[in-house]
Amino acid sequence: MALLTRELRASYAFVERNFNLSKRYWGWEVAFLVYSVAGALAVTLIGLDQANARLLLTLMVGATFWNYLSVVFSIIAEQISWERWEGTLEYTMMAPVRRLSQLFGSTVFAILWGLLHTTVVLIVLILFFGIDLSNADFLSAGVLMLIGSLSIIGIGMIAATLPLIWVERGDQMVFVLQSLLLLISGVYYSVTILPEWMQVISAFSPATYILDGVRLALIDGVPITDLLGGHVLPLVVMAAVFIPLGAWVFGRAEAYAKRTGKLKRVG
Amino acid sequence: MITTLERPASLAMPAEAGQSAAVPALLIEHLTKTFEVGNRRKRKTVTAVNDVSLRMERGEIYGVLGANGSGKSTLVRLVSTLLSVEQGRVEVFGNDIVRDEMAVKRLINRVSVDAAFFKKLSPAENLMYAARLYGVDARHARAEMVRILNRLGIATSRINRPLEQMSRGMQQKVSIARAFLTSPVLLLLDEPTTGLDPRSKLEVQEFVEEIRREHDATIVLTTHDMDEAERLCDRIGLLNDGRLVAEGTVAELKATVDNARAGGATMHDVFMTHTGRSLDDDIEEPRNEDE
Repeated sequence: MALLTRELRASYAFVERNFNLSKRYWGWEVAFLVYSVAGALAVTLIGLDQANARLLLTLMVGATFWNYLSVVFSIIAEQISWERWEGTLEYTMMAPVRRLSQLFGSTVFAILWGLLHTTVVLIVLILFFGIDLSNADFLSAGVLMLIGSLSIIGIGMIAATLPLIWVERGDQMVFVLQSLLLLISGVYYSVTILPEWMQVISAFSPATYILDGVRLALIDGVPITDLLGGHVLPLVVMAAVFIPLGAWVFGRAEAYAKRTGKLKRVG
Repeated sequence: MITTLERPASLAMPAEAGQSAAVPALLIEHLTKTFEVGNRRKRKTVTAVNDVSLRMERGEIYGVLGANGSGKSTLVRLVSTLLSVEQGRVEVFGNDIVRDEMAVKRLINRVSVDAAFFKKLSPAENLMYAARLYGVDARHARAEMVRILNRLGIATSRINRPLEQMSRGMQQKVSIARAFLTSPVLLLLDEPTTGLDPRSKLEVQEFVEEIRREHDATIVLTTHDMDEAERLCDRIGLLNDGRLVAEGTVAELKATVDNARAGGATMHDVFMTHTGRSLDDDIEEPRNEDE
């Protein structure tokens, strides 16, 4: 019990620290939020331009929920490079905290911050376009988002190791990985229009199932019971694979960084 | 009025926790650390720490004196668990740093040459982060941090302002306060006064003396300031090219030179005699290239 309390307290350290940092960098947070809202509006306006209500909703869901997934992914994947840039990486890594507690704290913050960010974007879009979501099944969408977040967190943990291994190029690799997820996951279009080989890859992206499932829930009001086999199950399997895999890869990367001296501040 | 610092009662010293007083605070045996440097075509192995052995007793201040690039910081990073030990053995109060890594982490803290903080955050926010990481009760930490920072000359009114608005000397004091807040039984001070103005340097040195006087703390101090080493350290080890080339009290070290010169030797003479170079000489530090 004492161990659990200690680890939860340590996890909370990361939540509190990240909220404090967001507060201190409030100017940047506002700028990112404005950029996200403008980007989502710009993409969704294509639907209005085409006078196609379904396209408008499809784009709106894509823009909004990709925003959520990318915020969660970025916060987790960039935690190492962020600390290296601040110069605190060594201090955090030498603290008596289990990596799982550290990752749990970062994840809790990422989900809370992602939800806050996305709620603002969603509210602006609904008000701007006067969208009627009375037919939507919000419970379905919520369950998909929750389960889907877990697998995104697993991938984020794997991505976070890239800056540990490659000090200079790791950030660039994370950026490329995020871009590829955007491309293959059907954020603004159905994955069925992709070349066959890309469709095979898209089947391994949790974002594919999250976005498709959320669209069905919000636009067509499909209940979660009808999404179990095609959407929930793949997401559960991916979470069960990616989270332990992410923790294992992170541990291996940390051992490599300690062997080669790459926890040291650079630049 | 000078206030003194008290070790939080909740954090017992290892001996108080039932360990034998005979257990060395720090035991290093045949420690060697190598790095592969250069790109794939021109890769070579650099030995940063070479077969170093030393033993520190509880309550001692042990100085590691060496030129830039001599392996001082690598040695501290190894003890801090920031580098993996591949050859040799390190124990902190009887805990092996490989086998009992988490236990060792709870016993140590480190102050590095660059005050490693979230500079946009305030001292209070940075110290609370550290307190939570080390399992210090939040209410206790809030009271303690004010007291420690005040003692170090940082007014309560500055505790909630961003650290980036503070001078380098002030930041280093906050760094020492952060380390002290977590009540380490082995404090690793890695060039804590390098780059500080003379007044800040003196204040930090006085604080280290106070910690020793009041708290039975065990401290490893790396420095390339001979006066500082002479003033603060019970024993000094001279590190050159990763090797511990001489070790002893200031008097013992000077005596080794006095014997040869029959005169009043300085620590500079001692260093020159044992390393063949001046402390001002920089040695190129091994750089890990991953690109």
